Amino acid sequence: MSRITDKIKLFFRFLFIRERIFCEGIRDGIPIGLGYFAVAFSLGFTAREAGLNAFQGFLASLLNNASAGEYAGFTVIRENAPYWQMAVMILIANARYLLMSCALSQRFSSSTPWYHRVFIGYDVTDELFGITIARKGDVEPKYFYGAMLCAVPGWSIGTLLGVIAGNILPDRIVSAFGVALFGMFIAIIIPPARENKIIRLAVICSFISSYAASILPYVSKLSEGTRIMILTVVLSVLAAIFFPVDEKENADEK
Amino acid sequence: MKNNPYIYIAIMSAVTLAIRILPLTLIRKQIKNRFIRSFLYYVPYITLSVMTFPAIIHTTKSPWVGSAALVLGIIGAWFKAGLFPVAILCCITVFILEFFI
Repeated sequence: MSRITDKIKLFFRFLFIRERIFCEGIRDGIPIGLGYFAVAFSLGFTAREAGLNAFQGFLASLLNNASAGEYAGFTVIRENAPYWQMAVMILIANARYLLMSCALSQRFSSSTPWYHRVFIGYDVTDELFGITIARKGDVEPKYFYGAMLCAVPGWSIGTLLGVIAGNILPDRIVSAFGVALFGMFIAIIIPPARENKIIRLAVICSFISSYAASILPYVSKLSEGTRIMILTVVLSVLAAIFFPVDEKENADEK
Repeated sequence: MKNNPYIYIAIMSAVTLAIRILPLTLIRKQIKNRFIRSFLYYVPYITLSVMTFPAIIHTTKSPWVGSAALVLGIIGAWFKAGLFPVAILCCITVFILEFFI
């Protein structure tokens, strides 16, 4: 066992000398890729419920790299909603990537060619954005590609296997796994809600209004996807009006 | 009639890619507008909250099981259990409780 790890270490040491920045990207990308695999695996269950097969789930993940966005998209597919609704839904669920990409664009050196911008833009996720922005100086495309090399397969293959596992595993386990994705959503929203009372208020209001919308007359007749869209826009607009974020506060978040 | 899943995937991918790539290639200045910045700041928390509840109580066979998973998940996350442990905690809760119903 130790001989194998020694060999792996040697291999990486060799690579590190030749392509240091790229390897730093791989190093930082490995834990992210593993985490993605687990999240994507449970996302595969959602894809399967929406009626997608393993290849379609794989394709969606390969091209989207977004947990909340894909979950929202799969809801639209499951409900067989009109195509325009998919576009609006994704626009809202992934709106935060717009912000991240804008922020990241500030960190490119002006000499970075357009194709690097396109390939990096393809995989601007919360985590990759986080590790990239944490580095000093201009964005180094090689570092990003190293991290992508771990993140993209972790995510897409995770979804692929999740769909397959959903078909094979017994009902009881599939049912239990169904809440995994929600568990991860909870783990994303609760820690900042603990630190920041406005986010806490936003989360509580979201829970209450989302529940109310699911039982109230007229509104509850709308599809789940439509309700998510409307509530997100309305509540975020309200939050932005009543609790605008200061420049400083926003900078701390990043 | 069922819509074509490939068209759905094409639309979702096109929008996602546009959202990420266009700012990197076109916008070279930071967004100054305070309202838009605030809006984009709150969107992730609100959309994730709205998607989680009440959907989590409808995925399980009994809404009580889903509620228990939600509550335990929130407690775990409150004490900073991390992404993966919270997810596992929710799964195990459902797995165990569904033996009793």
